[in-house]
Amino acid sequence: MNKFTKVFITAVASLVLLAFVAPQAINTTAQKLRILKVNIPVRPFLLGLDLLGGTHLIYQADLSKVAGSAGDAMQGVRDVVERRVNLFGVSEPVVQVSGNDRLIVDLAGINDVNQAIQLIGQTPFLEFKTILPTVQGDAIIKKTLGDKTQGLTATELCAPANGATLNQFLIAFGVDPCYQPSGLNGSGLRTAQVSFNNQSLSPQVSLELNDQGAKLFGQITQANLGKTVAIYLDGLPISTPTVQSAITDGHAVISGNFTPAEAKTLVERLNSGALPVPIQLISQQTIGASLGQDSLARSLKAGVYGLIFVAIFMILFYRLPGVISVAVLLIYILIVLSFYKLIPVTLTLAGIAGFILSLGMAVDANILIFARMKEELAAGKSLYVAMHEGFSRAWLSVRDSHVTTLIGAAVLYATTSSIVKGFALTLGIGVLTSLFTATVVTRTMLNLLTTKWFEQKHWLFR
Amino acid sequence: MPKIYKFMFWFSISLVVSSVVAVGMFGLKLGVDFQGGSVLELSFNSSTDSIDSPQAGSGRPDISQIQKTLTPKIGDVELSPEGDTGLIVRTHELTEVQHQEVLSALKTAFPTAGLEEKQFSSVGPVIGNELKQRSLWAIFLVLVCVVIYIAFVFRKLGRTTSPWSMGLAAIVALVHDVAIPVGVFAILGHFYGIEVTGVFVAAALTILGFSVSDTVIIFDRVRENIIRGGLPAGRQGNKSEFGALVHRSVMQTLTRSLNTVFTVLLSLFAIYFFGGASIKYFSLALIIGIFLGAYSSIFVASPLLVWWTPHTKR
Repeated sequence: MNKFTKVFITAVASLVLLAFVAPQAINTTAQKLRILKVNIPVRPFLLGLDLLGGTHLIYQADLSKVAGSAGDAMQGVRDVVERRVNLFGVSEPVVQVSGNDRLIVDLAGINDVNQAIQLIGQTPFLEFKTILPTVQGDAIIKKTLGDKTQGLTATELCAPANGATLNQFLIAFGVDPCYQPSGLNGSGLRTAQVSFNNQSLSPQVSLELNDQGAKLFGQITQANLGKTVAIYLDGLPISTPTVQSAITDGHAVISGNFTPAEAKTLVERLNSGALPVPIQLISQQTIGASLGQDSLARSLKAGVYGLIFVAIFMILFYRLPGVISVAVLLIYILIVLSFYKLIPVTLTLAGIAGFILSLGMAVDANILIFARMKEELAAGKSLYVAMHEGFSRAWLSVRDSHVTTLIGAAVLYATTSSIVKGFALTLGIGVLTSLFTATVVTRTMLNLLTTKWFEQKHWLFR
Repeated sequence: MPKIYKFMFWFSISLVVSSVVAVGMFGLKLGVDFQGGSVLELSFNSSTDSIDSPQAGSGRPDISQIQKTLTPKIGDVELSPEGDTGLIVRTHELTEVQHQEVLSALKTAFPTAGLEEKQFSSVGPVIGNELKQRSLWAIFLVLVCVVIYIAFVFRKLGRTTSPWSMGLAAIVALVHDVAIPVGVFAILGHFYGIEVTGVFVAAALTILGFSVSDTVIIFDRVRENIIRGGLPAGRQGNKSEFGALVHRSVMQTLTRSLNTVFTVLLSLFAIYFFGGASIKYFSLALIIGIFLGAYSSIFVASPLLVWWTPHTKR
């Protein structure tokens, strides 16, 4: 391939990356140039809690009373907490199990942390409910909605198809127009598990009740033959099976068109209510929104200045190759930022520090190569030879210095959590990218200069 | 080798010793993420506003007044002013209820101070201990990986010098580069109350990575000079010849070492001056450590390599 073609490809690829990294900039420029058709979709960077403001909570679960699988119990806890967190309308809450018995909750941009903490920490409450007569249901709707009822009836609201609307109603008003308490709650349930129907082999959920629960359940099923008995967790229905027969032995089965995953989720929810796993807040980190914005603005500023300082130094010291290394550095930045968007990397303050640090590192490889080139030129070799010698001799050093930094980043990533992990990730991405840009891209650009004209102007290189 | 190596080497040793002494005397002021406890960062409106602004703000109240308000609620608190309008409250681990109590107590006591919560973190002792253990484990792991990598990369130099002495020389330089910033922060912690937090582990590991790459670049050059010059130093040669070769390698890589450190320091100074309070000391640790990394690869690792190369003829 012709060396000019290679440079052309590099330039086009950089433009594509630019469009990916900063679509807003391209869109506005296109508008100013009156090419109105250009409108590249914007995909934002993911920002961490310390830049966005929010709270990071770590809970310790007490699994001492759990007889079965601790992992399943933790999934149940996670599910319960996630359902509660979702009520807050926080954008993209993260609820994850960490280790054996830890739960991590990340809430971004939340205003009332206190309320969230109160709600998350509550013990899950499971209860069985029977159908409320529609007359009473209508009365409740009328009372809560007043003039805004608009002909909404309990029959309509309680229809299985309107589950989402019912949930909204329950969340908003806290009264239930469809079901009434039956007296049976989570304490009557011993355990739930996924089983398979003997004939159809489709997944179903088996419930096992304790003595007291079995007695109550027998009465409830007898009184509600052919009707729905709803199971509520934290005040919202999670399953609304219909009673097929009176069950007095304490062994019930909920069948339906479950996928295995759905059955498993239901089992986890039931178990979380049957045997509540208490959780305790052991660590909290809350960052105010204003502080987050301030940190973001400052770190961006630091990044820009860092770039400018490095660029000035490189050009002053290495002249023409310095100019090239700055161009390569810009390409490096584009590639790294694209990775951040693609993977995606959640950018934290430490992560941005890692990025800025990697700027200095990315030019290191260039420095190694250029230093070698200078030496070879000083030894009286031609520009072409000096350039190739520079690359091949510096390669081992470039490789070794990158690998050692990469070892540090990898260990850091593997052994730490949250904040520091972000730093390790950005540093690691930086190292790998720099290995590519320093060798392939720098070489492509430098090759452009091995012409006769430049051969006579060694002062541009030394 | 020129005398300067010996001189600088002992200078370094004395720095490391004083760092160890500083850590021994003052200890490190560990942040809550290591120790467990709570930190609450608050900001108030600036009191100068009150002169001409109709919504008069009283600004940050007197520290002693705040102390008086908080002590009955939660017991021991440590208060330190931050800038003109900020305040940092450090205390034992607070529950969420206590945290809210603190905030409401301050709001009631100083209604016009424009109190705003900037950040709050509360860490249980379990998490703190975990972080400590993990950090030490991480640093240990990096050191081991580095020795293995170096020994592997330079395995072919067995005839001239032992790859393990290269690895060990690099490790001693690494310990030097981490020990001195730790000492500096023991002193900073003692006199200025600057805390060592979890991100310092990140700083320490980054220093390790950078420092070892500085050392490796010099050693690479040593290897190249040995191969090209065919110098039968070390096991089959004599000490002064090998010393001269290492010195030549150091001089050849000197520009590169200085320039690299300089560019990295430029980025770090940008973080230090513009990056905001939270990562200021993180970048300071890196600035000290990365400077030392370049220095130690010249004045610690290189002379050690010469001294530790076995010289008895076989």
